[in-house]
Amino acid sequence: MDTEHTALDRGASAIPSGSEPAAPRLELHIPAHHPAPGEKPNFSDVPLFPAGTVERPDVTAPAQQTHPLADKLIRVLDDDGAAVGAWDPKLSPEVLRRGLQTMMLTRAYDDRMYRQQRQGKISFYMKCTGEEAIGVAQGMALAPDDMVFTTYRQQGLLIARGYPLLDMMCQCYSNARDHLKGRQLPVLYSSREASFFTISGNLGTQFPQAVGWAMASAYKHDRRIAAGWIGEGSTAEPDFHHALTFASVYRAPVILNIVNNQWAISSHQEIAGGEAATFAARAIGFGLACLRVDGNDFLAVYAATQWAAERARANRGATLIELFTYRAAPHSTSDDPSRYRPEDDWKNWPYGDPIERLSRHLVRLGEWSPERHKQLESEIVDQVRETGREAESYGTMDSGPHFSAKTMFEDVFKEMPGHLRRQRQQLGV
Amino acid sequence: MVQALNSAMDVMLGRDPDVVIFGEDVGFYGGVFRVTDGLQKKFGEQRVFDTPIAEGGMLATAVGMGAYGLRPIVEIQFADYIYPATDQLISEAARIRYRSGGEFWAPVTVRAPCGGGIFGGQTHSQSVEAIFTHVCGLKTVIPSNPYDAKGLLISAIEDDDPVVFFEPKRLYHGPFDGHHDRPALPWGEHPQSEVPGGYYSVPLGKAAVVRAGAAVTVLVYGTMVHVAVAAAEEAGIDAEIIDLRTLLPLDIDTIVDSVKKTGRCVIAHEATRTCGFGAELTALVQEHCFYHLEAPIVRVTGWDTPYPHALEWAYFPGPARVADGMRQALEG
Repeated sequence: MDTEHTALDRGASAIPSGSEPAAPRLELHIPAHHPAPGEKPNFSDVPLFPAGTVERPDVTAPAQQTHPLADKLIRVLDDDGAAVGAWDPKLSPEVLRRGLQTMMLTRAYDDRMYRQQRQGKISFYMKCTGEEAIGVAQGMALAPDDMVFTTYRQQGLLIARGYPLLDMMCQCYSNARDHLKGRQLPVLYSSREASFFTISGNLGTQFPQAVGWAMASAYKHDRRIAAGWIGEGSTAEPDFHHALTFASVYRAPVILNIVNNQWAISSHQEIAGGEAATFAARAIGFGLACLRVDGNDFLAVYAATQWAAERARANRGATLIELFTYRAAPHSTSDDPSRYRPEDDWKNWPYGDPIERLSRHLVRLGEWSPERHKQLESEIVDQVRETGREAESYGTMDSGPHFSAKTMFEDVFKEMPGHLRRQRQQLGV
Repeated sequence: MVQALNSAMDVMLGRDPDVVIFGEDVGFYGGVFRVTDGLQKKFGEQRVFDTPIAEGGMLATAVGMGAYGLRPIVEIQFADYIYPATDQLISEAARIRYRSGGEFWAPVTVRAPCGGGIFGGQTHSQSVEAIFTHVCGLKTVIPSNPYDAKGLLISAIEDDDPVVFFEPKRLYHGPFDGHHDRPALPWGEHPQSEVPGGYYSVPLGKAAVVRAGAAVTVLVYGTMVHVAVAAAEEAGIDAEIIDLRTLLPLDIDTIVDSVKKTGRCVIAHEATRTCGFGAELTALVQEHCFYHLEAPIVRVTGWDTPYPHALEWAYFPGPARVADGMRQALEG
């Protein structure tokens, strides 16, 4: 978007006159804002890639063979719900139904917890609406003991790993059954048992940690790989570059996922550098393999993750995957997107809703029906409500009970040093 | 001291296959101060390896390795270069045990040469320990002699919490007492330079009384231990000198016992004054020993300026300034 400049603001008086054409004055480029509230959603700058057209290199191919994929978009599900092209992972109907069910459960869980925050029963919440295929398909494509270093928006992954919804809820309530003892903001889950690394509230830090874990796994000649996630906004952090550098230098068995959901709170992905090149293209300079995937296409996400996992397990190193999606939800319960984008933006996202798309595919296969979908939806809502009531029975953020204040001093160190013991005594607990 | 530190890592690499060492130039070359010399050759490239110039990346990968179950030792080439790693150190390594309810932890040892006295200017001379003692979840260690250096480093490596281990670089090759105009002494003559070849440890959190005395307590660590001993001897003051060795957790009992006995306290460090570790020590001595104090507590520190290259000795709190501090405490 160009603006009119007056002679004055261009500093015209300083331009030398004469027959020599003056060199142009420098201009600072600020990426334009995405359509504002009140404007019509406009995704005309989002290229539409047809499904099934992107080549699938062999998992052992040199990284350079994947580099042309940085400017394409791997898609399997077409507009009619058919699975097409080389990336079709050819999953059984049972696996597809499990994927669908898990995405629906994730959405219903988010909806309930979001409302719990609005009712004051938890302090904070973050939904992954519209991005469910990422957590769920990736969680299903990885081995259950592959170590994951997620951001706060891959709750679907924890659910896909069978982690109890009850435990997730108790964490959000910070109640007496929260195994993080009320120390972490809601949604910053951790589970050693589920090979799910403790989520940080500092953005990007987990990305190079995943590389370190993967290096350790390789050092021990293990078979497990690691996977890290980062938002497109946080790719600007040094941690992102550390992750890619170390992954490249030590050929770490890791999958590095960038979830490009277009928004970092109110900043559009162009502010993170998405205007000049795709995020997948960041891999090229590091000599890493890269894939760019329709993040709302369950089958494409599954297939790309499977490809990268096989490659890592074959000692071919890391793959950078850009998962192209749209953040349908507010950034968090503390955010108000109506102040910076059109209300119905997501409904116009050209790559649709991951749940609807997988459901349509199953219907097309004759393995699902709108009636069954509706019935499952209501069963899931009931299940989440039941579990929610049980979780609330252990306490909520506003009314407790919480962990005893004396536990505040535990786990700062493995063994409590004297100064913390004295402080605990001062508090009188 | 270089050999003692090297021996600590040699011992631990030999004892524990989960110990790995990495950092800038630590592998093939053996470190710019030679502290990892020969370790890659002996234990292989998988165990001792070079990293890109990315302190944040080193700490982040160490945290990931720690979560896997390794015990990484990271060398930061100069303490002055540790700042890019602080997010991973402060917000991550130090907090992981707490925020995961004890499920994950980061048994990482971060080694970094600190302090001045080698004409390193402001980017190769800093003493940054107080930044880390302010962080809950980190242990901070600074040895002052070869015997302690080896024993403390072994304890740090074996510790299941992250430890920041600062090595006063001016002590690498001898017990520097602050007399920069005199010939440098080697460690050979010093009683603490006898270092057993095998495994032994010096516990974290225990101070050492390096000189018993009755007139005034002097709290020091690192290079300043030797400066304080020289100052006491040259000024003929019956000072009790305590080498803190570990700043956090701090051995408050040894400090309190001594100050209650002497009634006077001088705190000396090379780091800048304001909010330096001496400020915390001053507060603690006041809290624990107020009714035993016969004079105000005296701080002798580096000035609140960057470490100046050509004016290094005007910055450094040498024996004359420390002796003045002791006299002030005795007169006060």
